[in-house]
Amino acid sequence: MMKMKKNTKILLSVLILIAAVAALWYLDANKNQYSYAISILQRSAIYAIAAVAMNMLTGFTGLFSLGQAGFMAIGAYTVAILTIPVEMRANVYYINGIADFLANLSLPFWAALILGGVLAALVGFFVGIPVLRLKSDYLAIATLGFSEIIRAIIAAPQLDRITNGSYGLKSIPAFSSVFEAFFIAGICILLMILIINSSYGRAFKAIKEDETAAQAMGINLFKHKSMSFIISCFFTGIAGGLLAVFMRSIDSKTFQIALTYDILLIVVLGGLGSITGSVIGAFLMTAGREWLRFFDNPLMIGGFQVPLFRTGFRMVIFSLILMAVVLYYRKGLFGDKEFTWDRMYNFFIRLRDRIRRKTPEKGDKGNV
Amino acid sequence: MSNDIHLKISNLSVAYGGIQAVKDISIEVPKGKIVTLIGSNGAGKSTTLRTIAGVVKPKEGSIQFNGEEILGKSPDYIVTRGITLVPEGRRVFDNLTVLENLKIGAYVHKHRLEEDIEQVYRLFPRLKERAWQFAGTLSGGEQQMLAVGRALMSRPKMIMMDEPSLGLAPLIIKDIFNIIKTVNAEGITVLLIEQNANLALKIADHAYVMETGVITLEGTGAALLADESVKEAYLGKRKE
Repeated sequence: MMKMKKNTKILLSVLILIAAVAALWYLDANKNQYSYAISILQRSAIYAIAAVAMNMLTGFTGLFSLGQAGFMAIGAYTVAILTIPVEMRANVYYINGIADFLANLSLPFWAALILGGVLAALVGFFVGIPVLRLKSDYLAIATLGFSEIIRAIIAAPQLDRITNGSYGLKSIPAFSSVFEAFFIAGICILLMILIINSSYGRAFKAIKEDETAAQAMGINLFKHKSMSFIISCFFTGIAGGLLAVFMRSIDSKTFQIALTYDILLIVVLGGLGSITGSVIGAFLMTAGREWLRFFDNPLMIGGFQVPLFRTGFRMVIFSLILMAVVLYYRKGLFGDKEFTWDRMYNFFIRLRDRIRRKTPEKGDKGNV
Repeated sequence: MSNDIHLKISNLSVAYGGIQAVKDISIEVPKGKIVTLIGSNGAGKSTTLRTIAGVVKPKEGSIQFNGEEILGKSPDYIVTRGITLVPEGRRVFDNLTVLENLKIGAYVHKHRLEEDIEQVYRLFPRLKERAWQFAGTLSGGEQQMLAVGRALMSRPKMIMMDEPSLGLAPLIIKDIFNIIKTVNAEGITVLLIEQNANLALKIADHAYVMETGVITLEGTGAALLADESVKEAYLGKRKE
């Protein structure tokens, strides 16, 4: 394995960071022109939080949960209900009116966002008590059911005066700047990385690897599973809150099971147990769907219209690509490894060697 | 005298469903000694260890460690009291590095992490050489070393080993028994379960023979090694 100089790596990382900030600055300055690109990037950043949170639970602790959409809904509704401007509320709740205690209750965005995360974590705590005693597939089924229950409760007519039932919520104030979503995503992911690299994170990994051995090391299985689940729920709730602000109008259908599958796909595509994989996966998945819109438009070749190119075809292509990835990169793009400059460097070295090997040179094999 | 007894099991019975795996056994493990529990498959040896570790809840009886009743306590509490189990089949964390494995071992004893790691490296220099290797890529013997090293990271007063020689080549089994002696020489009490009765009895200060859930014989290692019935049942001596 070839290694790069440490300084080079730091330099590259700093350059990428500067480039990213500069790109955001540019997009921010030309908001109107690039609103489409900005919205794709923001959605990617939000999905990245949810994906890393799910990865912490599934890839690092070995708990396969499918409750993401439900916990995102809790975060989203908390943020939406508490941040819709008071003067707009009569307009939003025009059918059933708003509950009296909520009518003038409003919080600043960041406080509502944290509260959304905390509520999601709290629900996670109570859901976790019975559910975390289950293993593998059963846990997935139970959390999946729970996520649907949360969605049903939100849409229930009894809660019309709080959640506005099936009419959904609108007029949610948008992000104050382009940076906001990325900044929050950065902080959340950084916090999760710190947790995963702490001794708690090691305990999570031990549980995933071998529960019996972890127990023999004095790790309290239930306590640590709950901890991982609650932390994951917290950040999933935050992602949900951001999603509400991003979409500006939400209803219970936003949080259908398809949302969970989107997150799951990102995690699997990026690699279970790879944080960088999840982040890169989030951007690739969200952007990929948009790039493929090309397939939705009619295509004319020499006056002949290719029959397959019509609305919905991109999803067929998208599914095929996903299948190919799952077949050929069975562990996702990164497996359980993280992106490092060394790995990148070696990838290019190998690529170079492979090209060179067609015209063999002596003394070149050592690098493989 | 009771100060010299580290672990005292009295009248312990354990049942799985309707089957009684351990019936009314009493075992004493003196401080700083190697005590072994031998017996054939299904004799209840592993169940006894798992009960001490707190993983299995017994029907009745008492387990005292340094005079404190630990029966019914949670496994993580028992580890903090100073009893660590090296599970059967080594069970190292395959996809984590040797160093990460050791750090997880120190979960209940996080302060002085560096010092403890150095201590383990001193006992097993091989682990230091392979610190960055994934545990799954180690050989069987090295994995057993790691499993013991990992257990030592929790600074145990007593270490329990469940079939450490299982699935290892004869030459490596010798190394493992040397490891056990090394650990014991550090002042740590060892409770060893083995099917390889010959080697186990040779290093044991005291030994118990277990059959279908009951203790049938006890004595010093040397005495049991010379015992005719033990020879016949566990050491492979043919009937004349």
